[in-house]
Amino acid sequence: MAEVLVLAEVNATGDGARKTTLEALTAARALGDVSAVVIGAPGVGAVLREKLAEYGAATVYVAESPEVDEFLVAPKAEVLAQLVGEKSPAAVVIPSSPEGKEIAARLALKTGSGFLTDVTEIQPDGTATQLAFAGQVIVHSKVNVGTPIYTLRGNSVTPEPAPAAGTEQQVTVSISDAAKATRVVDRVVEQKSSRPELTEAGIVVSGGRGVASAENFSIIEALADSLGAAVGASRAAVDSGFYPHSFQVGQTGKTVSPQLYVAVGISGAIQHRAGMQTSKTIVAINKDPEAPIFELADFGVVGDLNVVVPQATEQITARK
Amino acid sequence: MNIVVLVKQVPDSGTQRTLDPSDNTVARAGADNVVNEIDEYAIEEALTVKEAQGGEVTVLTVGPASATDAIRKALSMGADKAVHVVDDAIHGSCAIQTSAILAAALQQMEYDLILTGATSTDGQVAVMPALLAERLGLPQVSGAQKLTVEGSTVKVNRQTDGGYWALEAPLPAIVSTWDTINEPRYPSFKGIMAAKKKPVETKTLADLGIDPSTVGLGSATSSVVDFAGRPPKGEGVKVTDEGDGAQKFVDYLAGQKIV
Ligand SMILES: Cc1cc2nc3c(=O)[nH]c(=O)nc-3n(C[C@H](O)[C@H](O)[C@H](O)COP(=O)(O)OP(=O)(O)OC[C@H]3O[C@@H](n4cnc5c(N)ncnc54)[C@H](O)[C@@H]3O)c2cc1C
Ligand SMILES: Nc1ncnc2c1ncn2[C@@H]1O[C@H](COP(=O)(O)O)[C@@H](O)[C@H]1O
Repeated sequence: MAEVLVLAEVNATGDGARKTTLEALTAARALGDVSAVVIGAPGVGAVLREKLAEYGAATVYVAESPEVDEFLVAPKAEVLAQLVGEKSPAAVVIPSSPEGKEIAARLALKTGSGFLTDVTEIQPDGTATQLAFAGQVIVHSKVNVGTPIYTLRGNSVTPEPAPAAGTEQQVTVSISDAAKATRVVDRVVEQKSSRPELTEAGIVVSGGRGVASAENFSIIEALADSLGAAVGASRAAVDSGFYPHSFQVGQTGKTVSPQLYVAVGISGAIQHRAGMQTSKTIVAINKDPEAPIFELADFGVVGDLNVVVPQATEQITARK
Repeated sequence: MNIVVLVKQVPDSGTQRTLDPSDNTVARAGADNVVNEIDEYAIEEALTVKEAQGGEVTVLTVGPASATDAIRKALSMGADKAVHVVDDAIHGSCAIQTSAILAAALQQMEYDLILTGATSTDGQVAVMPALLAERLGLPQVSGAQKLTVEGSTVKVNRQTDGGYWALEAPLPAIVSTWDTINEPRYPSFKGIMAAKKKPVETKTLADLGIDPSTVGLGSATSSVVDFAGRPPKGEGVKVTDEGDGAQKFVDYLAGQKIV
């Protein structure tokens, strides 16, 4: 069978594979034999190899160089293009993230290929599913030229183990001067959270302007913790300083697609929907019975969040 | 400092949007078309840099004739002039083809800094800055939540999960902006009047030396096979809290085997 390259990513803590990588390995199996590609600083291959093998990588190409992380995106695209040139794979699958999409775009130009971003499913014939316009329209698309390149949207495929050899192959890295243009001077982490990562979480509880203050977001956090959920926020809550920006859900924030999304004190503006519309089950708590979020909700409670949310948290905790 | 801002016209994200069933491209006719919201932040940032450093802000758009509305908006905010690439052969172009057109147009312009929005609301692909950086051999400085120009260096904080990366690149460079970077100004009455007199240069593919058969739907590198509206969600349950709202919510979660 043909070879399919999957670009692997390390998680935020640097000690394992991102869940989206395992999803990409799973989705890529529809297209052929999976090989993983690890591009990063020396040591990264050792961190990832075993997990990649567990999820179906027959081969793990390891391209390590300190320079890869010193410059933005371009070096990774270059290394991946080199591999595509050498291996002539049937397709390339990359986890969707801002960086993943940028790598896909540059790779497409370097290899004379077409690319599809944020796909939710890939068929054996290469046709992919995408959700357009904030999830309003389901689209089937295909690549017409070169090696099809896909970026896979998080949480659209359930990762399934499929043990394979995971044979490591070192790749020699030589990065052109042109790719060393944008230097990453510093990586600053502003928020560390013990909660699940927003885009990977199975449950997300988000608060909006209705939460009314930063202090009061503690009731959102308490409900989230009772459910083992990640916390999200609307842009109005972020702009009002109730919660940090990196938790914003929506068009210009994160796209989430959890099993359960609980929207608390959020009206349901289109830009918010764009980031959560594809959640499997949606629950809304809002005091305004006319709030548009109820149009999306599988279950809605019309009521004061300050009353309903703490009571619900208490009952969920009591059931454990 | 010559700054070029890339502005795209898109169907208003606040309205029902769809594809045109005749050729599976974005339905722009009949849609309420507006400036891609996030591009207003790029325009604002361009004006801020110009106000600090002096120079000129040029708007560049590739889009149908109706995209002049988006150009006027940018000019009324304070941009100095505009280039509008319009040609019937462009219809249905994919991101790669559009990047070829934008790159060719940029090659005929003078720039130290190119600013774009981080993502467009119709395609929502967030790839144009990377495509243009690749084509033009420019530093890609994407995803800015903060931008400063110091001499011939641009410094940007790139928004990331839970924080940011501090980036540095030599000019000329291409920078894309998020909506966290500033608060776009509203056009003043004076600005709106002045915009009517500002020069807008129209260019065709021939002016850019692009063979029309290499762009547009017929030679797109990817295409839509079919599409369908997302099936409407079944009518949800809505309860009004009368002391038992939380209980009903938890019962619902239990019914879904979530708790
Ligand atoms: C370029 C651009 C990008 C954007 N990107 C995003 C984005 O990524 N994400 C996003 O979320 N928004 C985004 N927006 C903003 C979006 O348009 C809305 O303004 C925003 O989503 C509103 O947030 P909200 O629902 O929290 O606030 P509101 O619309 O003010 O709604 C608050 C809700 O809380 C309810 N409420 C108040 N008090 C209580 C109470 N005690 N109990 C129960 N309910 C209560 C009210 O009934 C109301 O429905 C963007 C806008 C622009 C222009
Ligand atoms: N046709 C176009 N004309 C001008 N600018 C564009 C066009 N398409 C994309 N852009 C710019 O590229 C940014 C990112 O777009 P996209 O990659 O389509 O999400 C937008 O915010 C615009 O600034």
